[in-house]
Amino acid sequence: MTDKEMLFEYLLRLGDNCVILSQRLAEWCGKAPVLEEEMALMNVGLDLVGQARLILDYAGKVEGAGRDEDKLAYHRDAQDWRNLLLVEQPNGDFAVTMARQLYFDLFQQLQFEALVKSKDQTISEIAAKSLKEIKYHVRHSSDWVIRLGDGTDESHERMQNALDQLWGFTPEMFDMDAVEQAMVDAGIGVDVSTLRDEWDARINAILTEATLKRPDVTWEVRGSREGKHSEHLGYLLAEMQFLPRAYPDASW
Amino acid sequence: MVSPVTDDREEIALNEAFQAKVDAELKIEPKDWMPEGYRRTLIRQMSQHAHSEVVGMLPEGNWLTRAPSLKRKGVLMAKIQDEGGHGLYLYSAAETLGISRDEMYEQLHTGKAKYSSIFNYPTLNWADVGAIGWLVDGAAITNQIALCRCSYGPYARAMVKVCKEESFHQRQGYEIMMVMAEGTKEQKAMAQDALNRWWWPALMMFGPHDSESTHSTQNMKWKIKRTSNDELRQRFIDATVPQAEYLDLTIPDDKLKWNEEKQSYDWGEIDWDEFANVVAGNGLCNRERLQTRRDAHDGGKWVRDAALAYAEKRKKRAAKQAA
Repeated sequence: MTDKEMLFEYLLRLGDNCVILSQRLAEWCGKAPVLEEEMALMNVGLDLVGQARLILDYAGKVEGAGRDEDKLAYHRDAQDWRNLLLVEQPNGDFAVTMARQLYFDLFQQLQFEALVKSKDQTISEIAAKSLKEIKYHVRHSSDWVIRLGDGTDESHERMQNALDQLWGFTPEMFDMDAVEQAMVDAGIGVDVSTLRDEWDARINAILTEATLKRPDVTWEVRGSREGKHSEHLGYLLAEMQFLPRAYPDASW
Repeated sequence: MVSPVTDDREEIALNEAFQAKVDAELKIEPKDWMPEGYRRTLIRQMSQHAHSEVVGMLPEGNWLTRAPSLKRKGVLMAKIQDEGGHGLYLYSAAETLGISRDEMYEQLHTGKAKYSSIFNYPTLNWADVGAIGWLVDGAAITNQIALCRCSYGPYARAMVKVCKEESFHQRQGYEIMMVMAEGTKEQKAMAQDALNRWWWPALMMFGPHDSESTHSTQNMKWKIKRTSNDELRQRFIDATVPQAEYLDLTIPDDKLKWNEEKQSYDWGEIDWDEFANVVAGNGLCNRERLQTRRDAHDGGKWVRDAALAYAEKRKKRAAKQAA
């Protein structure tokens, strides 16, 4: 891979998380447990759409093949997506959505805090702008995990199950490979393996306050870096990409 | 609904003072005395309005996950978020009249309270999202601008805020239509199809003809309503027809014609049987819309219970620490 190709690949990893997670949040529309939360979920989703647009727009320019943000979002099939397996997992109940959100929000915060120092000015600016939003996301999801964990017996049990159910998708977030390493070496990217301790410490503190147990699961899955996804992604894309695929000559 | 007929001198005096205040264009505030009928009418109207904002998310939500570009998805998410916000102001404003949000939900879920019947129509293609913004929000604004001068202070103030955002939504909806109308043959067909299906229901949003409207006279006297249904409807038609012409789309009314003398459009007749039929529950989506709301509410009970239990625990802990 050339430097340019690696940077493009790296940007897809950053941007695809935002596209796919915002799509999942959009599925909550009209179904949230309380009206205030209807607005909060749309708000987080909207922030992620905004981040996705900035990152994919830049990815398209770096690639230089004439693909814009929408070409990248609506005309790639599952094997070309680089989002984490975690973010494509179905919404489940509200506890599952909050567990997914907490795991990702905290990771994204640590990742983007480091990316503010990126030598790539565009990445640095996008990270700085997004962080203001991400800090709110972290507060939102951690508040809910604490409320549900330390709420009723039922909410405690659901929250614990949700955390357990998604835990095995989190190790992948901290994996390094040739692309990640090249970005670190170039001063563009962040060494995600070094974020693990801080992420663990923050998660542990939140779970303790929530009276929840750190998941004790032994399985872990990975594969998104090579485009190996769970079966859920294909359906998500089929729905999301329907119009641009059915009417390729149209602009909207 | 008429003012209660009473022999009670005190109540007669209160009623007169109330009407004098309304006539003098002074706002009625939550703590002021008001006739029971005024209170009931406002609760009915404001809760119906709040419910419409919340149920109105569903037909748009139907296309949110299929929005054709990231920009369109973001804009629609922002719009849906605004609608949630409108629902919140309106529920809060209605609560000033002595009804709780839970009671209002209960009325919605049991079918006792209505929401705008237009949301019982399905959204069948992407242009429907444009048509809803352009026509449904357009009709809503026409109504709501008049409501900004409503005699009940909290409602009037909520409407000022709501109108600002709605006019933004209306322009965004029209912009979707414009892109579709100028797009490919298929897109133009979608735009025309959406206009065909939403035009008449949008006109129905203004309610029955003045001659048939049961609440109008009293509501005008109380200045809850400032302009008649037919007048608002005509205002909407006059503003919207040139917009459709600009898009080169055809309004599905063969009697529609400019009347030079009136300086206004003549138009056909609403199918009032269809209106009554959809209100009565026979629209394509009545059951689905309500069931989705019920499921969200019932399915979210454990979350709300948890939030309450947690807040209670925190309060106790804080009290214990203070002691």
